[in-house]
Amino acid sequence: MGKNLEQQKLLEQQQSDLGAQPDLRAQDQVNFRRSKPPLIHIVKRDPPSQLKAILVYLAAIFASLLLGALLVWALGHNPFSVYRQIITGSLASATALKETVKMAIPLLICGIAVAIAFKMKFWNIGAEGQILIGGFASMIIPIYLPQLPLLIKLVLMALLAFFFAGLFGLIPAFFKVRWGTNETLFTLMLNYIALQWVRFLQYRKSWQDPGTRFPKIRPLSDAEVLPKLFGVHIGWLFALILVVLAWFYLKRSKHGFEIAIIGDSIQTARYVGMNVPGVILRTIFISAGIAGLVGFFQVAGADSALTDGTAGGVGFTAITVAWLAKLNPFVMVLVSLGLAILQKGSISIQSTMGIPASAANLLSGLILFAVLGSEFFLHYKLHSQKRGPQRFKLGGRSELKAEGEHQPYRKESK
Amino acid sequence: MTLISFINAAVLAGTPLLLATLGEILTEKSGQLNLGVEGMMYMGAVSGLAAAWYTEKLIAPGWPAAFMALIISFIVGSLGALIYAFLTITLRANQNVTGLTLTIFGTGFAKFFGEVLSHKAGGYVTCADPTKAAFAKLDLPYLSSLPIVGKLFFNYNLLVYFAFIVAIVMAVVFYRTRAGLKLRAVGEDPAAADAAGIRVIRSKYLATIIGGGLCGIGGMYMSMVNQKGIWVPECVSGYGWLAVALVIFATWSPLRAIYCAIIFGGLTILSLYLRIPGLDLQLYGMLPFVVTIFVLIFTSIRQAKEHRMPKSCGVNYFREER
Repeated sequence: MGKNLEQQKLLEQQQSDLGAQPDLRAQDQVNFRRSKPPLIHIVKRDPPSQLKAILVYLAAIFASLLLGALLVWALGHNPFSVYRQIITGSLASATALKETVKMAIPLLICGIAVAIAFKMKFWNIGAEGQILIGGFASMIIPIYLPQLPLLIKLVLMALLAFFFAGLFGLIPAFFKVRWGTNETLFTLMLNYIALQWVRFLQYRKSWQDPGTRFPKIRPLSDAEVLPKLFGVHIGWLFALILVVLAWFYLKRSKHGFEIAIIGDSIQTARYVGMNVPGVILRTIFISAGIAGLVGFFQVAGADSALTDGTAGGVGFTAITVAWLAKLNPFVMVLVSLGLAILQKGSISIQSTMGIPASAANLLSGLILFAVLGSEFFLHYKLHSQKRGPQRFKLGGRSELKAEGEHQPYRKESK
Repeated sequence: MTLISFINAAVLAGTPLLLATLGEILTEKSGQLNLGVEGMMYMGAVSGLAAAWYTEKLIAPGWPAAFMALIISFIVGSLGALIYAFLTITLRANQNVTGLTLTIFGTGFAKFFGEVLSHKAGGYVTCADPTKAAFAKLDLPYLSSLPIVGKLFFNYNLLVYFAFIVAIVMAVVFYRTRAGLKLRAVGEDPAAADAAGIRVIRSKYLATIIGGGLCGIGGMYMSMVNQKGIWVPECVSGYGWLAVALVIFATWSPLRAIYCAIIFGGLTILSLYLRIPGLDLQLYGMLPFVVTIFVLIFTSIRQAKEHRMPKSCGVNYFREER
């Protein structure tokens, strides 16, 4: 009872204090008037329907292609014929189509690899290096044990590629879970180290191509490479199987659930008693290992040799693949094909129209920018408010007459 | 004597790193983690070279061309940062992914326009001698010919001094002015800064854009000084990422960035001065990256409170959700 009384007194005193300083209140009123309400208001909206999301993404991609068209036009080319050439140059003939599929395979596999890490919000930007280490590991077998039968050789190569690249990925993961070392930069630095390692191997006697004096690693003979299926090395079949496996792994398995929880909130994961370091290490081993398999397929399938260009930016483009597909393996099939069409098509516009092939990188950057930006419109809506009486209609409550009172926030006016 | 020339070379090689590191420090102080440094450097590299080349054709080689290279590379670098700023600050996109995209985009941008430019120049782009001279080391009367001091301090190109001045100005602004205090407040706790009446969005935009411009100048240094005004498609090759790591090494302090950049500049050219027998050139190339990793590990193990990343760095600020 006494406490209540005290509070009452305090309140009264405060009120009288306020009353004693009418000047201050008046000043405040003036300030309220001066501060304008924002013209546009950002409000969170309910999760959009899938159809709407797809439409917004398509609109974003279309907008970026339009921007690309403007650029091409500014350089003095006809954008329609450029885009037509990109399509025909990558799809119209059987050889072109095979090349396009060959380019899509590493993008797809590597996209899945980084998606597994990204789902956990572990920024594995080291796929480029993991590909090279995978390529290096798979070359160990043909260099040191060339007489093995083909099937055993290929299986061993793939296993070594997965294992070595996985271990290579574990290095930053270990420091991440132990001391919170920044994995983005760590994995990135490892890219350059892997690149220098491959360059170093090019000068090693035991690795060097005996046929040339150039620094070059011995290429694989025709009897040592992956078999072909419909004209493209068998990697595409593996990639499609991996898509299904990855979908099950991420969406339907206990591991996938753990990955998602850690990605959403590491505190929650700890609270429910997950072995967070263990899950992170396991996931990164798998992610990096799959990236290593890309190296294996590039070495034993696409290029039949290990060079310092084996990764060739795939590790970075894979980030685009994963993000554009919203980490969904099935969508990644489409996205990786789309980007492969862009890349192969850009090579053909270089030879036919003299537009640099790097247009593909430029354009895929633009597409990703547009999609990243468009997501805003999926999650938020803009409320434009006109100043004046209309606001009262919106609020519909008569007590909101004092200006500024119902504003969600007020800028300090100066 | 070799030590002095080694230090000279280290400073020269470290200057682009310093510029980019300063740009990223400024960006991160406002709470934005822009991983697009490599991309912005590439954009600055190609646009600086293009600006110099076109100015040579239209106005005159030499100082005008050099000046235009500086201005245009700053503008193009900051345009790259503007894309990033618009996507992350206004449209609230994920900072990591947007930064990476900026790197992909910037690299593509440079390679694309570099080739277009080479095509225009008939084969390959190269700047005229007076322009190269504008980026060559200064020859100050008396000062440059002083015995050791002259060699150590008055023997560089103008951009080196520019970078040092930027570092000092930045340190003064951060720790001695109201604007710097406000900026740091935004980086640490944007909600509190907003409540205190600081224009959070504007500070973030400004810091990110100016930071991007500095990265652009750093890139211009790679093409105009390191490559001597010739377009080389791989001219930035990892320097941008080294700069992002150097920010951590320098613990977000512009003054510490100076010596960190010189040390790393030294690492990149060490193989020319100190040959360890049995260590191949290719393994030498790993050195700056290996050292960066050790620095990353070391700083993460020993986490001093005053040496931490600005608290809100990498997290988007939603005023409506505070």
